[in-house]
Amino acid sequence: MAATRTETPALAAAQTGWLLAIGFVALAPLAPHLPGWLAGATLAALVWRGWLAWRQRPLPSRWRLTLLVLAGSAGVGYQFGSLFGQNPGVALLVLFLALKQLETRTVRDGLAIVLLAYFLALAQFFYSQTIPAALATAAVAITATATLLSLTDARPAPAAQLRRAAVILGQALPFMLLLFVLFPRVQGPLWGLPKDAGSGLTGLSDSMAPGAISHLSRSDAIAFRVRFDDAMPERAQLYWRGPVLSEFDGRTWRPRRELPRATLPYAEPASGGIGYEVTLEAHGKPWLFALELPGATPELAFATLDFQLLAKAPVLARQRYLARSYPLLRAGADESPALRQQALALPAGSNPRIRRLAASWRADARSDGDVLRQAQAFFLRQGLIYTLNPPLLGEHSADEFLFDTRQGFCEHFASAFAVAMRAAGVPARVVTGYQGGEVNPVDGWLTVRQYDAHAWTEVWLAGRGWVRVDPTAISAPTRIDLDLAAAVPAGDPLPLLMRAEFSWLRDLRFRWDAVTNTWNQWVLGYTPERQRQLLQRLGMPAPDWRAMTALLAALCGIALLLLTAWILRRQRRADPLARQWEKLSRRLARRGLGRQAAEGPFDYAERVARALPAVAAEMRGLAALYARLRYAPPAADRAKTLDQLRRRVACFRP
Amino acid sequence: MALPAALRERFITWALRVRPPEPSPIVLSQRRVYVLPTRAGLGYAAALLVMLIGSINYNLGLGHVLTFLLGGLGVVAILHTFRNLVRLKVSHGRTPPVFAGEMAVFHLLLGSDVERRALRLWLPEGGDARVDVPADEPADVRLALPAERRGWLALPRIGLETTWPLGLIRAWAYCAPDARCLVYPRPAAKAPPLPWAQSRDTGKHGGGGRGRDDFAGFRNHQPADPPRHVAWKHTARRSEEAPLLTKQFEGATTASRVWLDWQATPEGDVEARLSILTRWALEAHASGFEWGLRLPETHLAPGSGQAHLDTALRMLALHGRDAH
Repeated sequence: MAATRTETPALAAAQTGWLLAIGFVALAPLAPHLPGWLAGATLAALVWRGWLAWRQRPLPSRWRLTLLVLAGSAGVGYQFGSLFGQNPGVALLVLFLALKQLETRTVRDGLAIVLLAYFLALAQFFYSQTIPAALATAAVAITATATLLSLTDARPAPAAQLRRAAVILGQALPFMLLLFVLFPRVQGPLWGLPKDAGSGLTGLSDSMAPGAISHLSRSDAIAFRVRFDDAMPERAQLYWRGPVLSEFDGRTWRPRRELPRATLPYAEPASGGIGYEVTLEAHGKPWLFALELPGATPELAFATLDFQLLAKAPVLARQRYLARSYPLLRAGADESPALRQQALALPAGSNPRIRRLAASWRADARSDGDVLRQAQAFFLRQGLIYTLNPPLLGEHSADEFLFDTRQGFCEHFASAFAVAMRAAGVPARVVTGYQGGEVNPVDGWLTVRQYDAHAWTEVWLAGRGWVRVDPTAISAPTRIDLDLAAAVPAGDPLPLLMRAEFSWLRDLRFRWDAVTNTWNQWVLGYTPERQRQLLQRLGMPAPDWRAMTALLAALCGIALLLLTAWILRRQRRADPLARQWEKLSRRLARRGLGRQAAEGPFDYAERVARALPAVAAEMRGLAALYARLRYAPPAADRAKTLDQLRRRVACFRP
Repeated sequence: MALPAALRERFITWALRVRPPEPSPIVLSQRRVYVLPTRAGLGYAAALLVMLIGSINYNLGLGHVLTFLLGGLGVVAILHTFRNLVRLKVSHGRTPPVFAGEMAVFHLLLGSDVERRALRLWLPEGGDARVDVPADEPADVRLALPAERRGWLALPRIGLETTWPLGLIRAWAYCAPDARCLVYPRPAAKAPPLPWAQSRDTGKHGGGGRGRDDFAGFRNHQPADPPRHVAWKHTARRSEEAPLLTKQFEGATTASRVWLDWQATPEGDVEARLSILTRWALEAHASGFEWGLRLPETHLAPGSGQAHLDTALRMLALHGRDAH
């Protein structure tokens, strides 16, 4: 419309201040995830802008800004090797937010900054979606909304703006809740994610070199949480099977390359088994973890010939799946000769000492079982020490570990044992995953952390199939029965939460974990699947998107009406006396005798009396009553008089 | 937004919902307050859409939360913006008359029982004004409109709008209060001198003339004074810088009188003649004498003072027009 305000007014000082504030508040939660130079440059730009505003200096010229944008973009491109993708995208947004500040002249520029701040608040969730991150975002949302308020009306004081922003956002909460629960969820991704999505996630990798797992053991990040349907199995049975590594190059173990298949290569037993639900944290790799041995592939998952479960795509978001496992199940008795042959391969010339020893075991043994027992006895005899800080190993890692250093972490044990078995002619492979976990007494869920990462061995015995042998358990049985802290020698640096002197911290952590888990399950893990379950439980027989949208519209409408009533309530609460007088005037207005603005009660009554002699007396009486209530000093019977006026006005029919 | 002008005009007529002009006070009912997103609001909605798609694509649970919160904020903004305008009471105050060529300043009183902030009023062609309305205390708004022609200048339809609190939503309403401004003719820039002579000859209404006999005293000279009343002798006695003085007389017929007669103005354009009469009326008023006005169909008996001037100017303004 032509009458719409088309000009965009220049910014007032208070508005500039707000825009700077939102710049700082939006940048703060992202700063740790940005390259240092970018965070520094952004901060410098904001400070520069503040200085220019304070000294009332002119803003930098356009060509200088263009130069800065180009330089910054080049820096981002150089840092990430690309301008596209998740991380460079966030970096560019930050850059634009900072540089846009240096050319904010009008309210429209201000609006662009607020929208950028909202985007950055969202971008923060690429890195963290925890409760603290949500609180940081709440701060951004309140500040950004206060900035929007100030762009419309710059006069109120900052505290008043913040308060109003908080109130308005508070009023938006019911809509948020309704939308969150009922907005038909779509399972992402809608299109391919950029290659760098999910970078910086921790978890087991697809190869195992000495030091790989002990590195993980310093992290107390959560790998996954488990809720058992019934009682939890014994701790010693909690082997969470992950990547199975069969190829060895003398130092590093790697998985066999094979195509995933729809089902596991063995049949699920008819009975027994432990049902549970895993909530797996994002780790950027496709593996799913299950207790040994899983009975079937979960929904939307694959399996391998190595009895490993795989997701269809790398796990870039927290993922839930149901599984059922059979701890006593032995599988692979009918393993193909080709696979068994592969599980014997050793690089030529590696680890000569253990090969010689293994050859002597084989010579004395009547069966593979005998060889296994001899190997176990040898590992026990060697007095190997389980430690988080093993010495570095050279070319023949198994030999050096078993005969020289004799100190290692689980990957040393598993690797050396598998090498020894292969050298003795027994098919063997390394299985990585997690062992154990910690029951949170607050909510009863089992929490498995990165420091529970473990590696063990599987050997193939004729007639029995693949049998789990955990060489770590031979030297450090407490690692399996208790936990890492019990198994490593005193003085080894343990993750903070594993140390005994911090038991109160652990207690606190348990509570916090339980809260976080609820948060994860219901806020972050509210998937299309969970939405359907919840709505079914709430009594919707077939919650499809149509039903959800209809319900959403209806409930939002109700919320809107309630909020409207609440916001307009003050206008209804007008002075009751004035309301009666208005009512009278409205009624008379139908006869063309509406009260005029400047007309007092008596003048009005006289005018009405002249025009409508039939009601003259009543009209004069009402005017007198009104005047007494309005102008006379308050009397004790005021309420009664008011009531009388109300009744007489109600009966008044001009 | 480029609706053809005629279509827009029809929309506005429809949007008013009442036949203008409306009796005061006008209460902006729910039905006549319109709400649409502003350009900023559209940008906001587009940003939310991008955020929603991003949240879905990256499976960001908290992203959904933030997007929905901001969506709720948009809905709440509609309510607040609507509330900021609806049930506003618009009445008009007195609008002082102006001369053609000046700006007519309309006073509007905005009353409300709740606080309203950052309202903007505008006229189709003319001024706009911004105002806050405190609770239970009417706010006075002045809207200026160029007064080009003499006669009644009705306050055209006014628009009221607000984008408070977030600037994302615009609520607006039209109203046409029954306010009008009297526009006097433009005083002629070059007018013949006051018709003293004619007035003496035709002055039947007061025994003629200026009561030359009874000298009453001096007062400062004003341009409209008849030259022969200037105290030339007195002035000559004094230095050149001394002010000119005018002799004042009192007699049986008391004040001097002058008739501002339509017939005395040069023949020609009606408006030009009215302009000259207006100039004369101002000069006559300034002279302090009694003066009367004769128009083709009506006349005003001689008198003096502000009220007399106002009456005369009103007659001139409404000459040949409907007085209502």
